[in-house]
Amino acid sequence: MTAQPSPDIKTHRPVPLSGRLPLHWLGLVPFALFVVLFLLAPTMYIVVGAFRTIDGAFTFDNVIGLNTASIRSAYWISIKISLASASLGCLIGFCMAAAMTLGGLPKVIRGPLLTFSGVASNFAGVPLAFAFLATLGPIGLVTVFLKTQLGIDLRLLGFNILSFWGLTITYLFFQIPLMILIITPALDGLKREWREAAEILGASGPQYWRMVAFPILFPAILGTMALLFANSFGAVATAIALTGSSLNIVPILLFAQIRGDVLGDPHLGYALAFGMIVVTGIANTIYIVLRARSERWQK
Amino acid sequence: MKRIAAWAALAFGTLYFLLPLMGMTEFSLKMRRGVYSLDAYARVLADPKFQETFSYSVIMAVFTILFGILLVVPTAYWVRLKLPRARPYVEFVTLLPLVIPAIVVVFGYIRLYNTSSWLPLTGTVTGTNILLMFGYATLSLPYMYRAVDTGLRTIDVTTLTEAAQSLGAGWVTILGRLILPNVLVAVLSGAFVTLAIVIGEFTMAALLNRPAFGPYMQLLGANRAYEPAALAVIAFGITWGCMGLIQLVARLAPKPAIPVKD
Repeated sequence: MTAQPSPDIKTHRPVPLSGRLPLHWLGLVPFALFVVLFLLAPTMYIVVGAFRTIDGAFTFDNVIGLNTASIRSAYWISIKISLASASLGCLIGFCMAAAMTLGGLPKVIRGPLLTFSGVASNFAGVPLAFAFLATLGPIGLVTVFLKTQLGIDLRLLGFNILSFWGLTITYLFFQIPLMILIITPALDGLKREWREAAEILGASGPQYWRMVAFPILFPAILGTMALLFANSFGAVATAIALTGSSLNIVPILLFAQIRGDVLGDPHLGYALAFGMIVVTGIANTIYIVLRARSERWQK
Repeated sequence: MKRIAAWAALAFGTLYFLLPLMGMTEFSLKMRRGVYSLDAYARVLADPKFQETFSYSVIMAVFTILFGILLVVPTAYWVRLKLPRARPYVEFVTLLPLVIPAIVVVFGYIRLYNTSSWLPLTGTVTGTNILLMFGYATLSLPYMYRAVDTGLRTIDVTTLTEAAQSLGAGWVTILGRLILPNVLVAVLSGAFVTLAIVIGEFTMAALLNRPAFGPYMQLLGANRAYEPAALAVIAFGITWGCMGLIQLVARLAPKPAIPVKD
């Protein structure tokens, strides 16, 4: 990549006159103002509100107040759905990306698959829910086909699109493509020399994967999984369009709380939102840390 | 063996992705009993609410894109030119909207900019529209910034700026007539992502009570059977169109003679 030394442009830059105030940072003021006013301040307002009583005094009561059966179960179901869709998304996305990059498939598949992944990872929200309702809903394409042609009644098997698995399968539609888009560069970065070196030393295919390729890819895979987790944990529109309010998950609960204070305590709402930031924050920190580690191998 | 597994993985994935697309397309054609027809589409397209909300969202998208360009291009340019050490921090900030869920940000808006606050944006329709546009701008910030920053990487910002300055150009001329045309492809790809995001966005528009396309789709989904499937097909077409346009402008773009690596 960097075989050709590029001219060092920094040496051409005029040295600023000494004694002049550094005013360069002024150019960042509009951007900083926007970010503070419309991203950081609103978030901080919620975070601070989570630790305040109605009179403004400091308290842990709001966060402790989250510990009710219904809110606990909302967080638990949300985390379970996010975990399931993130790990399945990782697994299936990895298999597809590996098939595309290493599986010996025709080269023409690569371009369309990556383009489609770009589209599908952006096809979320309300229309995605409609697409799955029309497919796996009570009179959807697949449901009807299985029932009339193969005699399999999904409903009798306990499947319902408005449920844990229904939501998970729907989320996979944007999780898998995201995994493909992120993991493909990492798979491309596996050097052929590593494989050859392993084979010369007598490693079998599975041994190469277990002892060389997988340890190298592991941070990237786990990091992407954390990203996918956060991605589905914060998804509101798909869940609401798919299930209405029949499934008790955190984003739907928070949506109802903002609309009409269903918890009967605004500060409990702040605490609920704060909990969401904590969960997605942890997931994203894992992603950032692991991505830095995985990029060491991609130089 | 390996190739069979690869084909199997690909076939499984293809099936998973094709079925919902087929499902929604088939369902959207079934409105008239017994035959396939475009009735659901005709019904949707003739709905004045569809036209209103759709044009509202398109207009919001245009304003969001214009605002995003005005905000991001000068900032990314300035950071590359004068403050290279600030780049990791700015980049980190632009990625924050991926960390903080949109529903939390809009919750903060409602509390911070309500009628009894110092900046009562939600008190008027125009104010709420502006607030929603800022919200959309934060949602598209990660994509817009990354696109523009990547575009700037391919040109020699310092030399171009010095050349322009020695010919007597001011900052506005440099940004508008030199930098912007040079990163136009990047800006356009950021703009199309923004368009796709804004048109389908639900949470912010619904909670700020604006008549946007996302909440309209949700409302229709709760009350109708076949029209939502038609809407899904239309929405998928829009997303596909936006992504296709990104690829198209990238392909048609003139390649820089000597790419500058940093």
